[in-house]
Amino acid sequence: MLRFAIKMLFGDSAKFYGILLGLGFASLLIAQQASIFVGLMSRTFAFIGEVGHVDLWVFDPTQSYVDEPKPLRATALERVRGVTGVEWAAPLYKGLLVATLPDGSRQVCDVIGIDDDTLAGGPAEIVAGSLADLRLPDAVMVEVGSSQQQLRFPAELPPGAVPAPGQMLDPKGPKRPVEIGDIIELNERRARVVGLVKCSETFVAAPTVYTVYSRAITYAPPARRVMSSVLVKAVDGQDTDALAERISRETGLSALRPNDYSMRTLGYWMRETGIPINFGIAIALGFFVGVAIAGQMFYNFTLDNLRYFGAFKAMGASTPRLLGMVALQALVAGVLGLGLGLGAVSAFGLNAAGGKLAFKMLWQIPLIAAGAVLVICILASVISMWKVIRLDPADVFKGP
Amino acid sequence: MSDAHPIAIRLRGVTKTFGKGESAVPALRGIDLDVPAGELTMLVGPSGCGKTTLISILAGLLSRDGGECTVFGQDLGALRRDRLSAWRRDNVGFIFQQFNLVPQLSVAENVSVPLVLKGESVAASVRKANELLATLGLEGRGKGAPLKLSGGQQQRVAIARALIHDPRLLVCDEPTSALDAELGRRVMNLIKDRSRRADRAVLVVTHDDRIFHLADSIAHVDDGRIDRIERGHQHAAPKELRP
Repeated sequence: MLRFAIKMLFGDSAKFYGILLGLGFASLLIAQQASIFVGLMSRTFAFIGEVGHVDLWVFDPTQSYVDEPKPLRATALERVRGVTGVEWAAPLYKGLLVATLPDGSRQVCDVIGIDDDTLAGGPAEIVAGSLADLRLPDAVMVEVGSSQQQLRFPAELPPGAVPAPGQMLDPKGPKRPVEIGDIIELNERRARVVGLVKCSETFVAAPTVYTVYSRAITYAPPARRVMSSVLVKAVDGQDTDALAERISRETGLSALRPNDYSMRTLGYWMRETGIPINFGIAIALGFFVGVAIAGQMFYNFTLDNLRYFGAFKAMGASTPRLLGMVALQALVAGVLGLGLGLGAVSAFGLNAAGGKLAFKMLWQIPLIAAGAVLVICILASVISMWKVIRLDPADVFKGP
Repeated sequence: MSDAHPIAIRLRGVTKTFGKGESAVPALRGIDLDVPAGELTMLVGPSGCGKTTLISILAGLLSRDGGECTVFGQDLGALRRDRLSAWRRDNVGFIFQQFNLVPQLSVAENVSVPLVLKGESVAASVRKANELLATLGLEGRGKGAPLKLSGGQQQRVAIARALIHDPRLLVCDEPTSALDAELGRRVMNLIKDRSRRADRAVLVVTHDDRIFHLADSIAHVDDGRIDRIERGHQHAAPKELRP
């Protein structure tokens, strides 16, 4: 009879495709919105993950997230270096500064200043040039994606050239990507591009520009406190939790492992912004759309077939057997609808890969979508099953 | 009552009331009926007289409020719900007025349902269904959709479904209501043939006086009671159906 149940489901093509679309749309909406949410939230702490070979981040205790400007005194670096168990400590600058391009257009950039000596905190991937070139005068490295978008140069200006005195460049004219040798201004100070790097998209979505720490603080507006964080490497065998506690105790600063700092940053965005609520509403909407469309369609499908279930019941089919048929129909529709939705989300994700759209489908997301579809199917089939349970086989003798 | 045949169905003082209190509607007010085995018995009467309630009770689809109901020696009231389903599956064949053929299944699959319910494989059941369909003049129609058949062909499919598991009791609800006279006669002959065994019985609910002459006995139901029972040739065939 289970085979007949499947044929009954597939045979009513209008309702079958309606159920499939409802479940597919629900799983699409749930998985897609969840993936975008995870992608977006991942960007809030993406920079922390970019900085490799670091055991601890040291920062102002009142700082809630990595992009929050709560700079430290310059003496903080020496104080941290003085803590037992620290192999080395490096300063890090991170701040938003205005870049001016040769055609006069301006663009806010996320400027990262890394330690001059160790170059600790540098980008994970160099696309062109060498990280050591950052030590050259006025040297900066630009994120390759933004070099082709927000930081594009006028096409009429050859690489490395500067506008001739009195030469006016049209900001709306043809553009070309930034190349090595190009000159930009950061806070009205000269900066020469010596390389292109690749790094994760950050939540700020401003072009990322790397330079050394000593130069970064000359680009930054004058202030007594400019250092954003101190990056710490522990000596071999040193327990990082114990070291973090010691640094906090001796310096009064916060010290966290990269993963904990990421969670602190994520927690801020989760608690203090409406982003989770907004995405939660979208995900809930997907669920309720699924319940409304697929549930209603499945219920109608069962209602349409109730007279046949009644006939089966009269012919001796037990109620559990009929419920098994309904459950199988719901399960098959659920699996196919989920596959349709997740397939569409995967295609969406592949299409969005490498682009500006935040999208990160963790392995848990398909499971969550599957759970939601399962709940939709259970809700829909339970109501349908109730009709089957209440079905009086004697009704088959009643007229249409 | 037949002296030659044993009693297939015995009803004594069967009552059934729908609803409670002031809204209670008595459907059966004490039915006494013996249906002999090996015969075709018709239940006739005006709409709302209790015919459908009566066949529902004696086919094990509906519980009675009072009285006794024994079918082939089995007291249906003694069976639990799950056992009653199994008893229906093994002993009763149904021909519904609306056919109730599942449109998404093929003709042969529709016919095979009672065998599949008994645990036979779909493949074997469909093969037997095709063989039976051939004997009913529907050779080669097994793979088709039931709704593409004419009304008469659909009725024959419904008959095949009712007969395929060789039930002891065949219950037919207005089997000729959708058929013309000639087709109605052929369908009734098919059904009547099934009753000609000592361990079988056929019950037909009908308003169709063109088929009365095919009955071995006719029970007239009125207002929840058996008004009278006609036997043998007390009822003549309509002129157009006489051989």
